Order: sequence, then C-alpha cells, then structure tokens
Amino acid sequence: MEIFGISTALLGSQLLVGLINGSFYAILSLGLAIIFGLLNIINFAHGAQYMMGAFVAWIALTRFGISYWAALIVAPLIVGAVGVLIERLMLRRLYKLDHLYGLLLTFGLALIFEGVFRDQFGISGESYEVPELLSGGVDLGFMFLPIYRGWVIIASLTVCFGTWYMIERTKLGAYLRAGTENSAMVQALGINVPLLITFTYGYGVALAAFAGVLAAPIFQVNPLMGSNLIIVVFAVVVIGGMGSIMGSILTGLGLGLIEGLTRVVYPEASSVVVFVIMVIVLLVRPAGLFGKS
Amino acid sequence: MKSSANFLESKLPLLFGVLFILGLIAPFAMYPTFLMKILCYALFACAFNLLLGFAGLLSFGHAAFLGTAGYVCGLMVRDVGVTPEVGILAGTVAAGLLGWLFGVLAIRRTGIYFAMITLALAQMVFFLALQIRATGGEDGLQGVPRGHLFGLLDLNDNITMYYLVFAIFCFGFFVIYRTIHSPFGQILKAIRENEPRAISLGYDVSKFKLIAFIISAALAGMAGATKTLVFQLASLSDVHWHASGEVVLMTLLGGLGTILGPIVGAATIVSLQTQLADSVGSWVTVIMGAIFVLCVLSFRRGIIGELQALIKRSGVN
Repeated sequence: MEIFGISTALLGSQLLVGLINGSFYAILSLGLAIIFGLLNIINFAHGAQYMMGAFVAWIALTRFGISYWAALIVAPLIVGAVGVLIERLMLRRLYKLDHLYGLLLTFGLALIFEGVFRDQFGISGESYEVPELLSGGVDLGFMFLPIYRGWVIIASLTVCFGTWYMIERTKLGAYLRAGTENSAMVQALGINVPLLITFTYGYGVALAAFAGVLAAPIFQVNPLMGSNLIIVVFAVVVIGGMGSIMGSILTGLGLGLIEGLTRVVYPEASSVVVFVIMVIVLLVRPAGLFGKS
Repeated sequence: MKSSANFLESKLPLLFGVLFILGLIAPFAMYPTFLMKILCYALFACAFNLLLGFAGLLSFGHAAFLGTAGYVCGLMVRDVGVTPEVGILAGTVAAGLLGWLFGVLAIRRTGIYFAMITLALAQMVFFLALQIRATGGEDGLQGVPRGHLFGLLDLNDNITMYYLVFAIFCFGFFVIYRTIHSPFGQILKAIRENEPRAISLGYDVSKFKLIAFIISAALAGMAGATKTLVFQLASLSDVHWHASGEVVLMTLLGGLGTILGPIVGAATIVSLQTQLADSVGSWVTVIMGAIFVLCVLSFRRGIIGELQALIKRSGVN
C-alpha cells in the first residue's frame, strides 16, 4: 500500500517512532512545566535525571535482578528522592534570587551527573532487554507494531493524563495551582508551601526518571542520552508555553509526530524541524501556543 | 558596593597598564599557545559578560557564534585563500549576522525563555554543522594555515601569532569597555535593573538589547575566528552546548558584571582544564559542574566581585 508514493509501512513505523518520541517530550515538558510553575526555575538537570532513571533500571536488573516492572516504580522513587535532596539542600537557597541562578545550578548538577555516569559506564551505552511480557509484536495489516512500543505510548499517556487529573481535579492539585498563582497567600492560609515545593520538584524529577525507564529498552542506556533530548524539550516548552499542563502534553505529542513525518519526507531535516517550528512560533506567537501573556 | 566600585574605577588605568605590560612580556615566560588559548577564551567570556553582566541577558547559545566564526574564518583562509586578517574579519561579520538573527528571535521573550531559546537555536546550528559537508562534520575543519598577516608577517612563528592575538584581545576589550562606559551602556544597565521603567522613560528596549546582542555575538565570533587560526582547526566541540556552558562558568567564576572578572575566570578555567585533562580524564566535567554548583550556592560575586567586596571591607577607601 502507498500514500503519495510513500509506503504505509514506512509511514506507519516513522509515525510510531514520532509518537514515542512525542510521548517522551510530553512527559519531560510536563515535568519542566510543573516545576517551573511552582519553583520558577528551569530544571536543566531534567535530561540527566531521565538518564539516571534509565541507569537505575539497568543497574537494578543487571546487578540485583530487579525486574522491569519493579524498576518502573523503584527508579522514579530513587531518582525522585535525589531530587528531593537537591531541592532541600540547594535549590531552596536560591528562591529569593534571580531565577537564572536556578538554571545555572541545575546545569552544574547535570554536568556532574553526566560526568560521573560517563566515568562509571563509558559512553558506548548498555542495552536493556525488553521484558518478556511485552516482547514480540503484532501485524496490524499495514504495519508491524512491536508490543513494547505500543506499551510505551499507553504508559506515558496514562501518566501524563493522570498528572493532569491530579493537578486540575484534586485538592492537592488545587493547592499546587494556587501556589503557582500566589504562594505567599497560600502559605498565609495555613498550607505548608515549602513541603509542597519539595514534593513538586520530587514529582517532576520522578516523571523524568519514569520516562527514562520507559526509554531504556528502546534506546541504548547511555550517559549522554538525556542531554541532547533536553534541549529539544526546551524548544518544545518554548513552543507550547509553560502555562498549561494539557498544552505541554499536546505540544509534546504533536511535535513528536511532526518530527516522525519529517523523517519520512526529508530525513536530513528531522533533527532540526522542532527548532524551525520554534522559530516560526516565536515570530507568529511569541508567548507560545498555550502561553498566557 | 558603590564606593568600592569607585575606588577600583579610579585605579583602573593603572591596573590596565600593569596588565598590558604583563601581556606584552608573558610569551617569554610562558608557553605562547597556552596564553593564546586563554586570551581567546577571555575575549569570548568578556563578550558574553557584556550581555549577561551589563544587560542582564543570559544567552545559553554563545557557542554558536564562537563556532560559526571559526568555521567561516577557517574556510575563508584555507579554501578561498584570503589573508588571516580578512579571515578573522569574515568570521566576526558572520557571527554578528548570526547574532542579529538569534537576537531578533530571542528578545521576543525574557528571562528563562531567553536562555532556552538561545540554547535551542545554538543546538540547531550544531546539527547543521554536523550535517553540512563544508564543516567537515565530526572531523572538523583541519589544516587551516595561519598564513601571513597583511601578506607580510609570518604567523607560523608563535611569538608573532601571540602578539596578533594579544592585539585582537585588546581591541575587543576596548570595544567592550567603551560600550559599557557609554550612554548606550548606561541604558543597558537601566534595562537590566528595571525594564518597565526603561520602557516608560521612552527607550526602545528591544533595539538596545538587539544591538548589545549583536556586539556580543560579533566579539564572541572574533574570539572564535582567532582561535581557529591559533589551533589551525575549527571543531564541532566549539559549537557544542558544552562550550556555551563553559563561557557561563568562566564569567560566573570570575565575577559577573565586573570588567576584569571574565578574564580571570577564563584564565582559571583554561588552566584547570589543561592541568586536569591529563590527570583525571573524564572527571573534568564533574569538576566543572561542581565549580558551577559552588559558585551559584556560595560564590555568586565571583573572584573579582569578592576582591572588590574585600577592598570595601578593609576600608581602603
């Protein structure tokens, strides 16, 4: 079968890859947006924390025999706990300063994490086996769908929409949104804002680690896997604007799909297409697609 | 703060004089290539500091200007066969043009978004440099001849090359010094301190930011083009975001918004990297990261900033 002279199998598989990348963009930009909303900092270490999630899963499996399913819970908890420590010990000292210091601090942390893992594991990358339950694939007639890839999309969308639900529909989410609007007022109403901030940072970091575990069987587990990804995610965040949770999710998915399509039509441009879209958005709608101001 | 600044300000001509003489005799005491590397990075950091320290704009994409100018200069000198000074000029102009492009886009947003946009644009330049054949991809642009300055002076002699680099650095430094101490520089500071007020006073804030961005980009390019001639190589690592991070670190460590800070920061970081590269290998990145974290947490004034505060405390004034 062909559409416009492009085989549906090729189109389908590239769109699938696009959707997978898109769901990683969605989780990561969602985490960045939540953290930015309450802490007013951009977490440059997000990519490193995504990488750490993948490595914790890989170490857990190879050294301790902890399964993929357990790692999906354990890795975000461990990396999230590291995030909580970072917030308590370091970020907390910077809230009264220019927001740029938060960016610089987390940039430094990203360098440290990346360097330590590179020293320990080299840059060649480790492979992580697809769990047995999710191995193999199904033939959809027009294309072959590896089950694991389908699972990644379902799992990440579930987490994204779960997070959206938590923020928009629960009491905790209401505190969080109120804190984003005016944290001094929320504090005055008797809510423990510092604790809320710690929790928010930890949760955002855990989201990144969760994405890392999901990514481990697809990509090579590599110390540098996060750093290039995070810059694309920054562009995604600029395109979407960080004002809306749903906006982050939709922008992430949409850009992943566009990237996949580009890989079919004009492969050479696929690595820069997100940046080109960012330029266009900045020219047409500088606040971002879902931005407020 | 103000009085110590005034004190340092009054002693600056003397200080500059001493540093200038030190710069003149340095190549006889130290390895010229090492000194040239420091000077290139010092100019790069000074250019960056013009933007962050005096206009309050954090560009996380300055590597794009350093690297692009390096490629342009290298191609012009090696493949077109122009003389070195024309090559450096071409690199500087190219970086200025790229800075104009980046600036037009990035100044549409402020603060954190500005940093992310410049980083993303620079990453785009990185991918282009990786894919375009003219840049040599991962191998970089090798075998760039140093040539003869004005067709006369042989730059293959390290001492001659050093004095060219030193002259370029002094020129760039002078441009930055004059920019900061001009009415234009005062308006930049006003924008940094309170942008809405600057707007309400009738200044076209975007235009001032854009001009500052272009000057900074062009000078960063001048550093990159010179660096290409020194090492006879334009490499992909100069366009990488690591280089953008390094220049932030140099400026932060030396002292943000101080005139000499970036030079001290660049000298410290380049020396550290040279010292550490052999002994600790991949831990260099970790150490750089740790310096970053320490600077942000408890050394935000940087070396020169702390010195100024010390002079103020000891009551020299």
